[in-house]
Amino acid sequence: MLFKLSLKNIKKSFKDYAIYFLTLILGVAIFYVFNAMESQQAMMDMTETKKQILDLMNNLLGGVSVFVSFVLGFLIIYANKFLIKKRKKEFGIYMTLGMGKSGMSKMLLIETILIGLISLAVGLVVGIFASQLMSVIVAKMFEVDMTSYAFTFSNEAVIKTIIYFGIMYLLVMILNTFIISKYKLINLINASKQNEKVKVKNPIISILIFIASIGVLSFAYYQVTENIMNLEFNQFLGCIVLGIVGTIMFFYGVSGFILRLVQANKKLYLKGLNMFVLRQINSKINTTVFSVSVICVLLFLTITIFSTAMSLNNIAKKDLKELTPMDIQIKEYTGENETRSLQKVLTDSGLNMNNLKDMVEVNEYLIDTVLTKDVLGEKLANRNETEFKYHLEMPETIMSISDYNKVAKQYGNETFTLNEDEYLVTADYEDMIKYRNEALKDGVTININNKLYKPKYDEIKDGFVEMGANHSNTGLFIFPDKALENIKPAHRLLMANYNANNDEEYKKIEKRISDIRVDNVAIGFYTKTSIYDSAVGLGAIVTFIGLYLGIIFLISSAAILALKELSDSSDNKERYNTLRKIGADEKMINKSLFKQIGIFFLAPLLLAIIHSIFGIKCANIMLSAFGKSGMLTSIIMTAILIIVIYGGYFLLTYFSSKSIIKEYE
Amino acid sequence: MEDILKISNVEKYYGNKSNLTKAVDNISFDVKEGEFVGIMGASGSGKTTLLNCIATIDKVTSGHIIIDETDVTALKGNKLNKFRREDLGFIFQNFNLLDTLTAYENIALALTIQKVNPKEIDKRVKEIAETLGITHVLNKYPYEMSGGENQRIASARAIITNPKLILADEPTGALDSKSARQLLETFEYLNEDLKATILMVTHDAFTASYCNRILFIKDGKIFNELIKGNDTRKEFFDKIIDVVTLLGGDLNDAL
Repeated sequence: MLFKLSLKNIKKSFKDYAIYFLTLILGVAIFYVFNAMESQQAMMDMTETKKQILDLMNNLLGGVSVFVSFVLGFLIIYANKFLIKKRKKEFGIYMTLGMGKSGMSKMLLIETILIGLISLAVGLVVGIFASQLMSVIVAKMFEVDMTSYAFTFSNEAVIKTIIYFGIMYLLVMILNTFIISKYKLINLINASKQNEKVKVKNPIISILIFIASIGVLSFAYYQVTENIMNLEFNQFLGCIVLGIVGTIMFFYGVSGFILRLVQANKKLYLKGLNMFVLRQINSKINTTVFSVSVICVLLFLTITIFSTAMSLNNIAKKDLKELTPMDIQIKEYTGENETRSLQKVLTDSGLNMNNLKDMVEVNEYLIDTVLTKDVLGEKLANRNETEFKYHLEMPETIMSISDYNKVAKQYGNETFTLNEDEYLVTADYEDMIKYRNEALKDGVTININNKLYKPKYDEIKDGFVEMGANHSNTGLFIFPDKALENIKPAHRLLMANYNANNDEEYKKIEKRISDIRVDNVAIGFYTKTSIYDSAVGLGAIVTFIGLYLGIIFLISSAAILALKELSDSSDNKERYNTLRKIGADEKMINKSLFKQIGIFFLAPLLLAIIHSIFGIKCANIMLSAFGKSGMLTSIIMTAILIIVIYGGYFLLTYFSSKSIIKEYE
Repeated sequence: MEDILKISNVEKYYGNKSNLTKAVDNISFDVKEGEFVGIMGASGSGKTTLLNCIATIDKVTSGHIIIDETDVTALKGNKLNKFRREDLGFIFQNFNLLDTLTAYENIALALTIQKVNPKEIDKRVKEIAETLGITHVLNKYPYEMSGGENQRIASARAIITNPKLILADEPTGALDSKSARQLLETFEYLNEDLKATILMVTHDAFTASYCNRILFIKDGKIFNELIKGNDTRKEFFDKIIDVVTLLGGDLNDAL
């Protein structure tokens, strides 16, 4: 009997449950997809470096999953609370008919189990199909050939999903029983009659708080962008707390402020249903300051995490080809005490030099009269700008003109000539270039062995010697060969291509090199393959984690808003009926409903976007060591994600609300 | 005086062939401009259904309702809405004020829906508030006001659009006797001084005694008609009681 009742309840209230169901299904599906990554076929055939990165990624995703399950757990409990609240009257009727609290708890238990089972089953099916799509993306990101496609299915991920969601549903059941046990019959019967008291705030206080919130937010924005380099970690956390407090204050005051603003403009205020829409939003935002703030913060996290992850991915891969012109670079650090040439060191360690071709060996020098503060000139060095503040006392890297030209020829870069008393600087790391240019314009002279050198060009020349995944040459100083005579090199570099005719040989050489053990000499091998793999891998990790968290946060915030709006729809139904009775037509009513829901969805998004502008700026400053990339593509990707998910929830809410308020009493 | 409302052979059926309920069974009557007409009847007599049909909220099964030369049974969609907002004013038992809006805004809403010029709206709201003595509550929300004040705000909302006909459905139903008396005096004022035509449904004899004319409905048909004429309200009230007694049974509980 109870089972039948439960089943009927679910069927009957399917409309109310639709968004809840959808959210559960999406949650399950996403959870499965990201936990099933490991087993994907694209992951099977990969190089060592990639496999290591993948292991790291899977560990990270596992950790993130725990966090995600907390977010989803809260979401489910929150949503469930709404749905139970809506059914107070129904419970009242059961109670008057003599059903005990244990009976109602059992009924809810059955309902939760049914909903849980259905959503898990559907979610897993959706997830399994979505993960096939995901494997295509994975293959693309890791640049793996997907020549043979096979349908993959991860037992582990299915079990993990079931366990995690099982626990969440269990919590919901316990909570439901608890809520039911607290109900009193009289309140249940009168639930629909209890008019929610309209919370009216003193408009002047609202406006003052709103203005204060702008101040608080501006201060926090300033601190995390312009002033970030002077902040200690604790102060940084303080700014985040300030941002959250500012957000809450903002939503506490904003509706009152805007109401006042519009009220002052009678033409706008007394037009059509504007007055009604504004009041509706005002009362809604007033009663939901906290949730709206939470949603705003979630949206902010979504935008910032996702777009920063995307741009990190772009940075990681952008100029790989150009920046790794040769197959391998070997760098030797012991410098002054080593008398053998680098080639000799390698041969002694057992590497047959026939494996390599197009070899170039050059020296790098570090001289203690050529520190960053010396080459920037007194004027600039005293300015203490953040970009160079921390390496003022560090020596600059120096190379002779003939060495540089050897490398440049091999790389296909521009070559230079220098007079006896001249030097030049190459760099490709943008933030540093503008300071170096200033110094060169000032004609800062450099002293080596008591001889002064002046800059040949008044600007930085583009170029680099050390291979890497990003433009990371902050400045390479090039002097005439004569200037560096009698100075011992600090590093030696060997660049070469593999002597290979096909992929197989290439892989063999790569393997041989990775197997070399060099004794007593600090040596680093930077192969094109390893630079590629770690760059691509880093890109993939941040993208997947960004995508995972971004989607979950987005779904959570949209679902909370949607459920809030729909739970109010019965109150709204009465209001719209009144409007109909006094002659408002359907077009006006639909327009006002659209505006109302639209503003309710847009308000947190707009503030979140403003937060994000500064958040992304802050992230860019902190991550600038990785290089720079245009934000445009990542912003477009983020916008698409938001429009599809958030916009989808908005439309769904609008159409459900419309159908609810349409029914006449 | 011209007929503002003409009801001819109106029928409203519910249910299907095997189980037909005639909520309104072939009713015809007229209301002249400036009249204050009451419709009395027990619950289930069909009086609210009739009012809803006149209000264009419900549709008749057959017959015609003509308000100032417009046959509202033939109106559809936007024309119907336009007619409703421009030519009719409503007062409901449970006020139907919007709880998120202040009194001022509730009254103004009736005009903003008609897209009246904002400057004029402000002027008219203040005027009507003055006449109905509700200026002091204009900035309050419905939950901050008494029932009587709420209903007077609702009356102001109904009258401010200068409708041809005001329809009131048990307007005193949710009021205590003092507020009810005040509201009815307001109605009298609207009717006599502002020349408003009012059609009011009630089952309360005291409320009905403020009307010029009363139609009694039983089982969907007009059962009796009383005209106040030159009677005092007390005399008219006694006559109403007589009819109510005559109607017997059901309506007694309405006393």
